[in-house]
Amino acid sequence: MDERNFTFMFYGFAMAWLILLGYVVALVARERKIKSELDNLKRIVEGKEHLK
Amino acid sequence: MRQRVLIGLAAIAAVLFAYNFHTIFLRLPDEASQGAIYRIMYFHVPAAWVAFAGFFVALVASVLFLVRKGLRYDRLAVSVTEVGLAFAAVNLITGMIWGRIIWGIWWTWDWRLTSMLVCWLLYAGYLMLRRAVDEPTQRAKVSAVFSIFAFADVPIVFFSIKWWRTQHPQPVVWGGGSMDPAMMSALFANVIPMLVLAIVLTALRMRQEEMRQEIETLRRLSYAA
Repeated sequence: MDERNFTFMFYGFAMAWLILLGYVVALVARERKIKSELDNLKRIVEGKEHLK
Repeated sequence: MRQRVLIGLAAIAAVLFAYNFHTIFLRLPDEASQGAIYRIMYFHVPAAWVAFAGFFVALVASVLFLVRKGLRYDRLAVSVTEVGLAFAAVNLITGMIWGRIIWGIWWTWDWRLTSMLVCWLLYAGYLMLRRAVDEPTQRAKVSAVFSIFAFADVPIVFFSIKWWRTQHPQPVVWGGGSMDPAMMSALFANVIPMLVLAIVLTALRMRQEEMRQEIETLRRLSYAA
């Protein structure tokens, strides 16, 4: 492979993957947060129904 | 079942990416004047196509929401917009890195670059707008109208290099420039795994929206009880 501008080509590919990887990590973190919020709410609603 | 399909699709995307990278880095010839940097094109161009495909799906889903009032269309619109925005960011950043070497500058206020940045900002605004409205149906309605309005910029980005004199290279796929057939097929081949990856991410994001709507329903139940 031609080595001219190889460093910037590497930066380009690295940035592309970093953006996508960053998005996937954010997606996974958000999913965990939503799941725990959903579980908490389910417990609260079930608790209130038991009290009735 | 849904989880298995998503894992399968992600595996297919990974295999296709590996095969394409082998082709791009080891089998394709170098470009005479640009050196290695031209290979950014294999990520830069498909990322833009995938982003535009996502924004188009968001447009269709938004219109369907306004016509049929189903919240699942809203879920699809927001999910595909967010994923499209990530791919649009890949397109903008890789383009800037390429421009730094070929043009000697990171950025220029050229028609193509500016309209793409405006496109990115419009869809980022769409996501911010959603946070500002609490009531789900109202939020879906406002977002759908905004999404339809935002899509008006996509054809401008696409045709800007035809309509105006720009610094951006002329298209090699539909008139203007030309490309070696092997390079062209590698470019198209890299669209497939990116599209598959976008589908997987959209499906994951949609699942989150479903859970969010469940949370909103439970909150109302919890306040009512």
